[in-house]
Amino acid sequence: MFRYILRRLLQMVLAFFGTTLIVYALTFAGQGDPIQALAGERPVTPAQRAYLTEKYHLDATGVGGFFYRYFDYVKNLLQGNLGESLTGRNIGDILQQAWPVTVRLALIALAVAIIFGVTAGVLAGIRRASIFDNSTLVLTLLVLGIPTIVLAPLAQYFLGVKWQLFPPTAGSDPTFYALLLPGIVLGSLSLATALRLTRASVAENLRADYVRTARSKGLVKRRIVVVHVLRNSLIPVVTFLGVELGNLMSGAIITEGVFNIPGVGFNLFRGIRTEDGPLVVGIVSVLVVVYLVSNLVVDVLYAVLDPRIRYE
Amino acid sequence: MTINPTPASATPEGGHLLELRDLHVEFRTNEGVARVINGVSYHLDAGETLAVLGESGSGKSVTAQAIMGILDTPPAFVRSGQILYQGQDLLTRSEEQRRQVRGKEIAMIFQDALSALNPVFPVGWQIGETLRQRAGMSRGDARRRAVELMDLVKIPGAAKRIGDYPHQFSGGMRQRVMIAMALALDPKVLIADEPTTALDVTVQAQIMDLLADLRRELNMAMILITHDLGVVAGVADRIAVMYAGRIVEHADVRSLYKAPAHPYTKGLLESIPRLDVRGQELSTIKGLPPNLMRIPSGCPFHPRCPYVQQVCVDEVPHDLVLGDGRTSACHFAQEVRDDSVAR
Repeated sequence: MFRYILRRLLQMVLAFFGTTLIVYALTFAGQGDPIQALAGERPVTPAQRAYLTEKYHLDATGVGGFFYRYFDYVKNLLQGNLGESLTGRNIGDILQQAWPVTVRLALIALAVAIIFGVTAGVLAGIRRASIFDNSTLVLTLLVLGIPTIVLAPLAQYFLGVKWQLFPPTAGSDPTFYALLLPGIVLGSLSLATALRLTRASVAENLRADYVRTARSKGLVKRRIVVVHVLRNSLIPVVTFLGVELGNLMSGAIITEGVFNIPGVGFNLFRGIRTEDGPLVVGIVSVLVVVYLVSNLVVDVLYAVLDPRIRYE
Repeated sequence: MTINPTPASATPEGGHLLELRDLHVEFRTNEGVARVINGVSYHLDAGETLAVLGESGSGKSVTAQAIMGILDTPPAFVRSGQILYQGQDLLTRSEEQRRQVRGKEIAMIFQDALSALNPVFPVGWQIGETLRQRAGMSRGDARRRAVELMDLVKIPGAAKRIGDYPHQFSGGMRQRVMIAMALALDPKVLIADEPTTALDVTVQAQIMDLLADLRRELNMAMILITHDLGVVAGVADRIAVMYAGRIVEHADVRSLYKAPAHPYTKGLLESIPRLDVRGQELSTIKGLPPNLMRIPSGCPFHPRCPYVQQVCVDEVPHDLVLGDGRTSACHFAQEVRDDSVAR
């Protein structure tokens, strides 16, 4: 197991450089005149142009110049310096402010998925083909079918503006209550998937041979379900939720945008919109690490939960 | 009322330890109703071994699961009949009373031990679970008893292997774990549902020997379900042959092997390869087992039977008593048996 984790960590290094290189290339290679993009509509004086060219090493051109700037960027990155955005703010500071908000939002969304999705999934799996099972099927298909870009404004309008049950927007430094509605909207997709997955897994395990054995041992039904069936059927669900937490942590661009939540996704979206290359690359680089680490944790967790899985 | 857990003496005078009377089970599916068990009757006395023989789909496992009360309902429904254990009909008992019987009075082992054991719990835990949950043992006592049981079924290094998971055992060892688990509560009846089918031939013999030894040592009665005539010969006292959810022939092992009195049994025996007769083509039973949603009229075996006459198509044969406790559900039972002797 230790050797497996070590090997995965080494693979992560490769994956990290690969993805940052691609993101860096996509962000900067296509840019016409980065200095003009930086200045927007305003004219750029020759002195400013010279200063910025010097600062961003724009004098080196072509593929060589690109790699020169990329390695320069990576060098700073490895020293923990994410650089500055085009607006002159330290990207590390931006993330430090945005991340706690996104993590809170992600945890609310995950809690919604676990509390409602997994519970309803277990019940639907036990009572297959019941009214409850069928209504969850319809509801989850509906949720899965509505994109967040539709669901989020709808929830905001009805629950936030019209009936005023929740604050319609979060604003800076949001409270738990202000994050609740966005959390539910964000979590509804994970909820629906978790429900379908749990239901299928429970239904399948209830038919397994070991359940027949447990019954022939004369165990009570509750114990068969809670101990034998759930222990087996929650393995894929826990794995899914682990991956999902990684996804949620990397920010929800649409939800954070609609509800005006100053999280990671919100900043990333702003970076893309204002063509702020350093900001986009900085955030994505950190997201890559978050994603890689959460995937490793899930794989290790999988081996812990299922004794049949052994990593060499 | 509760089932009295004292030995076979508790059985009413003249009664059997376990007796099935005219059991009918059907599976109600979307495609229709499959009549899986159509009037099965057999009995089991304390300390004896009954082999239930038949091909897949003949209803032998379903009968066993009906005895255990572990049929999946739906789709399976017991339509009529009685399952008498120590004189009391299990089918009229509450689910809770039936649960008390499972494992403690009648225990069962299954065909494929890999899927029949829970993959995520250590084997010692699974054996101990029965003891903790059913006999109220403490964790430590259950663990010690689990090691004893694993020793009993001859798993080498039982104390060391108690924490291992099912997938870490070989097929034979896994089946021994299954057996240890079934024996945990000292049942009086052990139902072995094709216990050796998933195993290598050499391991098959070891498991059969183990089962026979344990049955003798622990003075249990055993129902051995199998489709393998070779497995039966050395172990069983009596054989019940099943076809399309019926017992077609019932006899003690010796006379059945010597002179089968049902064309189906005869066909089965003739299809066993023999080492002493060389160069002959192996005979087979023509055709396929019937679709249980459309069982043929009259004798269900008539489309495949070499003895078939018009009466077989028209009339369901009743059990013909042939003496020595033998019965055969064939219109021509006498002829078939005489043929078999003459051969």
